[in-house]
Amino acid sequence: MLAKRIVPCLDVREGKVVKGVQFRNHEIVGDIVPLAARYAEEGADELVFYDITASAHDRVIDKSWVSRVAEQIDIPFCVAGGIKTIEQAREKLAFGADKISINSPALTDPSLISRLQDEFGRQCIVIGIDSYYDEATDSYKVKQFTGDEAATKDTQWYTQDWVEEVQKRGCGEIVLNVMNQDGVRGGYDIKQLSMIRAICDVPLIASGGAGTMEHFKDVFELAKVDAALAASVFHKGIIDIGELKQYLHANHIAIRL
Amino acid sequence: MTLQSVSSSNDLTVIIDTGCANLSSVRFAFERLNANVVVSADFDVIRSAARVVLPGVGTAGAAMDALKQKNLIELIKSLTQPVMGVCLGMQMLASLSNEHGGRSEQDITCLGLVPTDIGDLDSKGLPLPHMGWNQIDVGDHPLFSGIENGSYVYFVHSYRAPISEYTLASSTYGESFSAAIGKDNFFGVQFHPEKSAKVGAQILQNFLNMGIPQ
Repeated sequence: MLAKRIVPCLDVREGKVVKGVQFRNHEIVGDIVPLAARYAEEGADELVFYDITASAHDRVIDKSWVSRVAEQIDIPFCVAGGIKTIEQAREKLAFGADKISINSPALTDPSLISRLQDEFGRQCIVIGIDSYYDEATDSYKVKQFTGDEAATKDTQWYTQDWVEEVQKRGCGEIVLNVMNQDGVRGGYDIKQLSMIRAICDVPLIASGGAGTMEHFKDVFELAKVDAALAASVFHKGIIDIGELKQYLHANHIAIRL
Repeated sequence: MTLQSVSSSNDLTVIIDTGCANLSSVRFAFERLNANVVVSADFDVIRSAARVVLPGVGTAGAAMDALKQKNLIELIKSLTQPVMGVCLGMQMLASLSNEHGGRSEQDITCLGLVPTDIGDLDSKGLPLPHMGWNQIDVGDHPLFSGIENGSYVYFVHSYRAPISEYTLASSTYGESFSAAIGKDNFFGVQFHPEKSAKVGAQILQNFLNMGIPQ
């Protein structure tokens, strides 16, 4: 049986792992490679590295650490941040990344998704979506350039429409990050994730809001996502990945122990 | 790597340089096992190997085109040492692939070393690609020595080899399919042992235990 995946996300800024609250006030958590190795050892199923400054500042991540991660860890990992061209994607993959994740550049130029798919196959093309609940219209909408508060802007996309669009254009996986709850650790947005799950035929990764082990159980059981991504609960030692996986296994969720 | 250092090494694992994207991941995994490993498309280097890896990600059409351009097809077919395909590399060992889209509207003729045809994975409505850690049931091939049934390995694919007499390991995602196939000295795994933590490392070590040093 396919296991549900636990995915620590390491937000990277200037070569260090950082974590902010509501995408702001980033503090340094630690060095990339030792943290990655520790998570792999503890049982993480996959890792995501996201350079939160790259898109907003029109800069591409320093790639040397991608190779160092690939040399040392034996689980899959995805690299995100400022990948706008086929060549930039090829470079990350050649250095050993298993997948590349595109967020803001796909909103600027949606044809990038199909071009990447043609070149590398959809299995390594992940689309990251920063979705927020807009009270005024009682709807979910997509934001762009969330790595930098000053650059962040609203888009014309309703989240459901963008999810449909990126699948049509050939992405292999979607990470849905719900901004309202990020860092607050109040639980994943089950309602929104369930709604997106119903229209998502590719693997769906929930992101934003994890605070307790029960939150992970709920998002797998209720929203039926394929993977759950979290950062601060792992970085701060609030949840131990090994204990989390034992807990989920005891609750009859398919987990790789 | 120079020819001289190749000839002085007696237990060489060669990863065929298909130009595809996951070459370094496969190499790193063998290096973690302290294997003597090189990436090469040189005929003499490949022939001198104790064992050969055929990697691959992307589409079947593009991958076969790459082998054609490098004139590697006849060479691979002539190899007598253990040859292991990984992921798309496994699929390329088959007779043909019906992976359409991207560059081709027709079936792709593959290497024909394992007589089976690659087709769509029927996930029965589950999300595709089949992506993540799934369990395998293994046969008695030496590649799976010490691997227990139910072990988790990492898969990423949408096409599959069906269950056949050439199945060496199986998995289930909607339907049951071949997680590994093989015939004679040619075999391959649909999953990514280089990304499958300790289980994957054991499978790669089993591979390193095969083949006679040249």
